[in-house]
Amino acid sequence: MTPQELQNTISSRRQFLNHTGMGLGAAVMGSLFPRQAAATLSDLPHAAHRTKHVIFLFMAGAPSQLDLYDYKPDLASKFKEPLPDDVRGGQRVTAMTRNATHLVQPSIFKFSQQGQSGIWMSELLPHLSTMVDDICFIRSMHTDAINHDPGKTLICTGSEIPGKASLGAWLSYGLGSLNKNLPDFIVLNSAFWSGDSVNVQALYKRLWGTGFLPSKHQGVLFQSSGDPVLFLSNPNGVSRRSRQEMLNVATQLNQKHLAEIGDPEIQTTIAQQEMAFRMQASVPELTDISSEPHSIIKMYGPEVQKSGSFARNCLLARRMVERGVRLVQVYHRGWDHHTGLADKMRGQCYDIDQPATALLADLKQRGMLQDTLVVCSGEFGRTVYCQGEQTPSAYGRDHHPRCFTAWMAGGGVRGGIVHGQTDQYSYNIVDASGQTTTRFEDDAVHVHDLNATILHLMGIDHNRLTFQFKGLDQKLTGVEKAHVVEKILS
Amino acid sequence: MPPPDSHLEPLSAAQKDLIKRWILQGAEYLEFWAFAPVKPQDAPRVRDRSWSAQRIDQFVMGRLEKNGLRPQPRADKRTLIRRVTFDLTGLPPTRREIRDFLADQSPEAYDRLVDRLLKSPHYGEHMAKYWLDLVRFADTNGIHHDHFREITPYRDWVIRAFNDNLPFDDFVTYQLAGDLYDEPTVDQQIASGFNRLHLVIDVGTALPEESFHRNVVDRVTAFGTALLGLTVQCGQCHDHKYDPLTQTDFYQLYAFFNNIDAEPETPQPATNTGLGDGLHLPYIELPTDEQRRQCDALDAQIAAAEENIEDLKQSLNQIEEPEEAAVSVATDSADGQATLPAKLEAAEKQHAALVEQRDALQQQIVTTLVMKERDEVRPTHIRIRGVYDQMGKLVQRDTPAFLPPMPETEGVKSRMDLARWVTDPGNPLTARVAVNRFWQQLFGVGLIKTAEDFGTQGEWPSHRALLDDLAHRFMQSGWDVRSLMKEIVTSEAYRQSSQADPDSFRTDPENRLLARGSRFRMDSEMIRDQILAVSGLLVPEMYGKSVKPPQPPNLWKSVSMESSSTYAFEADAGDKIHRRSIYSFWKRAMPPPQMTIFDAPTRESCIARRERTNTPLQALVLMNEAQHFKAGRHIAVKILADAEKTDRERISELYESITSHLPDEAELTALETGLEALRAEYRSDPSLAEELTAELSSDGALNRPEAAAYTMLINSLLNLDIAKTRQ
Repeated sequence: MTPQELQNTISSRRQFLNHTGMGLGAAVMGSLFPRQAAATLSDLPHAAHRTKHVIFLFMAGAPSQLDLYDYKPDLASKFKEPLPDDVRGGQRVTAMTRNATHLVQPSIFKFSQQGQSGIWMSELLPHLSTMVDDICFIRSMHTDAINHDPGKTLICTGSEIPGKASLGAWLSYGLGSLNKNLPDFIVLNSAFWSGDSVNVQALYKRLWGTGFLPSKHQGVLFQSSGDPVLFLSNPNGVSRRSRQEMLNVATQLNQKHLAEIGDPEIQTTIAQQEMAFRMQASVPELTDISSEPHSIIKMYGPEVQKSGSFARNCLLARRMVERGVRLVQVYHRGWDHHTGLADKMRGQCYDIDQPATALLADLKQRGMLQDTLVVCSGEFGRTVYCQGEQTPSAYGRDHHPRCFTAWMAGGGVRGGIVHGQTDQYSYNIVDASGQTTTRFEDDAVHVHDLNATILHLMGIDHNRLTFQFKGLDQKLTGVEKAHVVEKILS
Repeated sequence: MPPPDSHLEPLSAAQKDLIKRWILQGAEYLEFWAFAPVKPQDAPRVRDRSWSAQRIDQFVMGRLEKNGLRPQPRADKRTLIRRVTFDLTGLPPTRREIRDFLADQSPEAYDRLVDRLLKSPHYGEHMAKYWLDLVRFADTNGIHHDHFREITPYRDWVIRAFNDNLPFDDFVTYQLAGDLYDEPTVDQQIASGFNRLHLVIDVGTALPEESFHRNVVDRVTAFGTALLGLTVQCGQCHDHKYDPLTQTDFYQLYAFFNNIDAEPETPQPATNTGLGDGLHLPYIELPTDEQRRQCDALDAQIAAAEENIEDLKQSLNQIEEPEEAAVSVATDSADGQATLPAKLEAAEKQHAALVEQRDALQQQIVTTLVMKERDEVRPTHIRIRGVYDQMGKLVQRDTPAFLPPMPETEGVKSRMDLARWVTDPGNPLTARVAVNRFWQQLFGVGLIKTAEDFGTQGEWPSHRALLDDLAHRFMQSGWDVRSLMKEIVTSEAYRQSSQADPDSFRTDPENRLLARGSRFRMDSEMIRDQILAVSGLLVPEMYGKSVKPPQPPNLWKSVSMESSSTYAFEADAGDKIHRRSIYSFWKRAMPPPQMTIFDAPTRESCIARRERTNTPLQALVLMNEAQHFKAGRHIAVKILADAEKTDRERISELYESITSHLPDEAELTALETGLEALRAEYRSDPSLAEELTAELSSDGALNRPEAAAYTMLINSLLNLDIAKTRQ
């Protein structure tokens, strides 16, 4: 036997042990893993977890940090002044503004200090402002991409190039399931949004896909109309009882064939059919909010009554983590404000402000916030310079990768703090002395660092959760060194 | 050792000592096996000569004997015909085909069966599916707006190429460099669309220089994965960490693919309705003979009309005085002839009508994206750390230094030279990689499991000599794919029974040693096509525009930009929704869920092997997906049409058409009992039966509770593990 053959044999034996080991830990799940189950999972979690669940509120299109979180009072006097060259520093811009002049645009919105912590917040987010003491704002986020598709793909899958596994797929792959009746990773897309109807950026299945990981770890996209889970409902004329009868027949024969053929995969088929049957009951129960008391409905605001609203999705996200779902990703679109930013922002913030705040408060009052990490981010930030028509109140902003703000709350993160800072233009991240920086040591947080931190809070060392594919130990945080942002941990 | 900059722990004294002793014992340095030339192999001498005289089997038996294992006996004839029919055509055998095969007692019966299948047009469709995964064929651009693209003739060409048994070296050459033949045939041009299958952004937001770079990287990556089985893309930013491929090597390959005569970003569609034309220069038009005739005729008429207009204009200009013109106009009118301006107006109207006709005709003509080289060669720089605008040193077109060199050429090397290099028998990878994928198709796992990576991080082959033997003889045969497929499926290794004791499954879950027949879940396309075939709904029409079978509402909208040409999904109507899945429309941002739930890749990157999972969402598709469920109901109505048949006969027939086997007594009893329970359920609740059969015509003969009960029984059969598993 050659060394390589020996290694193959060892690893397949280890796979086998793993395979059966899983059967003990999650008896009903059966072998959800394909036969080539990975050999790296037995050591998970790598450390004690700080949180069990993640709710990721994804603001697709990239909201302006300048109008929401990153207060720059000095800009008021710089209206229409050219952005100094040394600030821009040769930054790559999009095809949309590369030949345009770059004139400074202050935010039209008022900022004030909030909470015990005195964190500055825009008037656009009055509800969220009441909870700043529970929130950690990272003002020094940065990314590599300047366009939506690669930007979203990077933050969601760790690479701008399609084909990698998403955050939720990694969590499901690494940690397995907490609820035998529901998927590990659920995706909720807002079906509508108030701020923009024309320039609404696309989403892609890959953002919650598995790439090279087994497809059972993919996010399950819940639908806002029709079946919440595709193909969940029995067709017309199929009652729960006739479905049960039909499955009884199938199971009897499948068991007989298992005995004859000997392939344990048949056992998995039987188990999956049983789970499908249970999901037919558990999913409608999950998405039915009629049992929520009036006080809760009121917290989430009037839009919660509409299926597919961001508000409804926030409430569903709470119900999901309550039932053991690992990651719920809530996508809200319509944040790409190249023109007419002010009005669009008002609409968008109306959609998210009260519901996101209610989600935090609701989790908190149930004692769930300590086990649930809530993250809110877009794919990048927006420019201080104006795009399109420019008056003090009418303006737009282009894409900006060098700095943006994300926030986190709950599950192992300190509240009431601000991490990182930007220059007076919110154009570059700066260190304590005001020098432009992208170094982690200076509190700059790359999207890979954000993902490393999320994994860390879930008890996973991002360097050790790997999967070999195309000759590389693939991981969520890519090949460059990524860091856990220890400073924000509680 | 290891080098300090690797930051790995130094070797211990014991480890160093081990290496020293190994060297002293005469350790021989060997080139990594996959980069060494493919050499003829001697079949191993096996102890058991009685199993098979076939060449493949000698290698398989050699390995079994080494491991102290025995093969399983041959599978029964029903299992065999089901297995080989699915493996070669992606469809189940019909009951008649099974009967004929059972009746044919001659020793050549199986060979005859295989020959028939290899000549079936469905063979090409099935073979094409694997290739289309590999080259990420799809109907949309995959980025940003994810607009429609028109390249379905490429898919049709792949199907025809397999059906015509185009030698694999030509198959590769047409795709890499079909446009570079002196006078390329239409097929060669269509095939060159391989170079256009990458993801591409639409114009407007990204930087064109960056988009350009990404397109080229994507093309080179596809070349590496699909043809060489190498992860060349690692060389985009730095030298490969494991394989001897440098960043220079990568950009030398890049130089072959960066000279396309095209804009780097696709245009926005001209209209806001429908899919638009999906075109992005360069493309070719593929009119039928009739269309060509009509086009020529219209072009001639348009030219004549233009000439006429020109003449009339000149006549008008020659009349200098306006009064004179007015007079002459009046005079002409008096003659009962049209005035000059009126004539001109009529001529222009006629011209416009002709142009409109020509445009309408144009809309109907099939088009496809192709490759086209610029006359002038673009210089290629290494991109420092892979960043599109960080130019490093200038490089020339060439192949990786660790592989056999390309012959010197006069002038600049071309993609055609690259194609010749790839298909040269001295190339150690192309044949091995191809043969391994064909093997994988038939056994579920390749002789090397990592079909996409033959580099040092790839898996060591389970039967290395067999792989080399097959690869060598594949090239010697003139790259004859059909013969290769025939040789494999007629081996005893392939024909073994897949029943075994549980230990066999446990110790070798992927069946790498081949001590039994392989057993694995079929791909999404096979599962869907099976139910269409079994129900008699399958429309076998081949080729043409992609088809949109119904899917749950709003899936496209939930992810798309409103200005995308694939924003609103409109299902096709009529028979074509029952065409084979290979013709289904593939939107990369949201492929058909019935397919992706069963592990079909999104076609955003090159996939050499699919995952095979077993999930509750799959069970839901098989229970509830509309097309699936309706097909079951369709079968129920058909089976009930003959009132003379007993339940037993019906059950037996259903079981056979869905599983290719006859039920034994226990299975019959279980199914009868189940049918009784379902019947009782629907009889006691006729409104439920009414609902289930509401869409069926209210022909008085239809017994609705019966139809409902049978529909559910068929649903049970379609949910059997053996119905979705190739075994």
